[in-house]
Amino acid sequence: MPADQPHGATAASQLSGAPAAPARLAQAALRDVPWEIGVAKPDPAIVVDGVTRTFGGLTAVSVDHLEIQRGGITGLIGPNGAGKTTLFNLLTGFDQPNAGTWSFDGRSLGRLSPHQVARLGVVRTFQLTKALSRLTVLQNMLLGAKDQRGEGFFRSLVPGVWKKEEAANTEKALELLARFKLDAKKDDFAGTLSGGQRKLLEMARALMSDPKVVMLDEPMAGVNPALTQSLLGHVKDLREQGMTVIFVEHDMDVVRDISDWVVVMAAGRVIAEGPPESISQNQAVVDAYLGAHHDAPLTIEEEDQVLAEAEAAIAREEGTTGEVLTSERTDGEGTQR
Amino acid sequence: MADLLDAFTLGVRAMFAYQAVFFALLAIGLNVHFGYTGLLNFGQIAFAMLGGFGIAISVSKWDLPFWVGVLIGIAAAVLLALLLGLPTLRLRADYLAIVTIASAEALRLLFRSGGSTELTNSTQGISDFNGGFLSLAPWDVAKRYDILGTRWSGGELWVITVGWSLVALSCLLVWALMRSPWGRVLRAVREDEDAARALGKNVYAFKMQSLVLGGIFGALGGMIYAVGTGSQNPDQYQNANTFLAYGALILGGAARVLGPVIGAMLLWFIIAFSDSALAALVSGDNSFFGLFEWGDLLSTTDIAYIRFIIIGLGLMLLMIFRPQGILGDRREVMLDAR
Repeated sequence: MPADQPHGATAASQLSGAPAAPARLAQAALRDVPWEIGVAKPDPAIVVDGVTRTFGGLTAVSVDHLEIQRGGITGLIGPNGAGKTTLFNLLTGFDQPNAGTWSFDGRSLGRLSPHQVARLGVVRTFQLTKALSRLTVLQNMLLGAKDQRGEGFFRSLVPGVWKKEEAANTEKALELLARFKLDAKKDDFAGTLSGGQRKLLEMARALMSDPKVVMLDEPMAGVNPALTQSLLGHVKDLREQGMTVIFVEHDMDVVRDISDWVVVMAAGRVIAEGPPESISQNQAVVDAYLGAHHDAPLTIEEEDQVLAEAEAAIAREEGTTGEVLTSERTDGEGTQR
Repeated sequence: MADLLDAFTLGVRAMFAYQAVFFALLAIGLNVHFGYTGLLNFGQIAFAMLGGFGIAISVSKWDLPFWVGVLIGIAAAVLLALLLGLPTLRLRADYLAIVTIASAEALRLLFRSGGSTELTNSTQGISDFNGGFLSLAPWDVAKRYDILGTRWSGGELWVITVGWSLVALSCLLVWALMRSPWGRVLRAVREDEDAARALGKNVYAFKMQSLVLGGIFGALGGMIYAVGTGSQNPDQYQNANTFLAYGALILGGAARVLGPVIGAMLLWFIIAFSDSALAALVSGDNSFFGLFEWGDLLSTTDIAYIRFIIIGLGLMLLMIFRPQGILGDRREVMLDAR
């Protein structure tokens, strides 16, 4: 259970030389932030302002103001169709909004294409993993490296220009693969990996570019529980290396375990934000997930009404006076919801 | 038996003739497009036509030296690639397919229309342009030479010498490009454009570079074809040739440097061999175990069609039993099934 720390996480953090119980700087910084929608954070990496995206008549995303704390793990949750993935697409340039601005480190990301956003240091993974099947695992990794000289058409013809860089990238890729326990698979086609291994590969590949912000779209979906723990460890590692992590997740145990701050979306809007412990008590969140007044207790009036209806039914069956029957019946119909 | 041996010799000769060079270069271009980048170019023949006519028009109409014609042909192919790519490469893969197949046909019709007679001689064709090329040959182009039982004219030999050198250089170029990080990005684009974008690659630019490069190979193929036939007629560039080149590519193995070359050679061997073998079968007194005469069943005009039936059958069998082609890697191809 999430209460005991996952072994993968501690093992990984020891490997990277960090202390066993790392200081969660973002969590400390966010301690005094009020639990309000659109609240200003002490050190925001990403700021979203008035972003709306409509598909025909449907408003998929409509976020008035949202700030993401730098160096923290922000969980983005919400029921299906809440607009989480659409927001991800907007932030990374894969989709353009109808209105609104958003910025990263004070630099506006509006109208940038996906590869430009990625070059600024905001990388993402996908809900449906995009492992490049007919490339080997190592080639997948090398592709993640930024600003490669050998990717220019004419320079690629002169191996001397890029051989050194390629060797350095390969070394880095092998290190990352070892951390993600994929080093034994480095020469296999990525298409032969299991679903969970593909998620790991996608995350490792994103790290090749030394990103500042990592956006993970459902990193744990379809991953077996054993692997979930090691994936969680890796996500925590990102925070320890100073990256800002935003992730979409449905498993509340996972969200509670690793996030410093949680943003809840429903029907395209942000309906609540706050530290993870504040979320499960939030009425708007419970309503969004379970429907309004799903298991609210009955009021005294409602109880009385139910009682009266039951009595009337009994009276009808026993065949007492017609007067009682009619009056009770109209009364019952009038108050029924 | 002697007939069969003759047919075999003719088949081997066709493997090295300029038509095989033509298809090898077309298929090398398609390999860059389709095999490595995943671009569906169904109008490769248009690039070849621009290459061939680039030489023909420059030399015979504009009185320019031969090598300027070569440059003009390549420039025209680059321009066509840019024109085709600019509007379509931002869209889904199918749009490029639609635009290329339509423009290949449109260009051919434009070249053969009455209005372009002044430039292209319309359906008459241009025929006086390869003298400059043949005069470069180090041997007598008018003489005939016997090489291993096959007969070649000096001109043909010069064309195929240049042609196969060009194929070798093209393969070397493709090999050098595809082992580099540049080639890795192309393959990533083939697998998943969005993943490549998310990793900071400008997918549009890479697709455009690939389209231009493959188009240049197509234009070079057209040039070899032009100097090989010695005459240029727009109707030589029917778009069926694009699909034959795809056939050669799949036969040899896509996304393999030598796949298109092996495929084109084999394709021409099958065409030439079946042609002469069937002709020998029909012309002589050959019976099917005494039941009927082959000559009664098939006329010589049927043979032209039957050899393509044989090729089609061969490709079907290949797809069933060896979907990766001759040089391909089966593991790699089977990953697509997921």
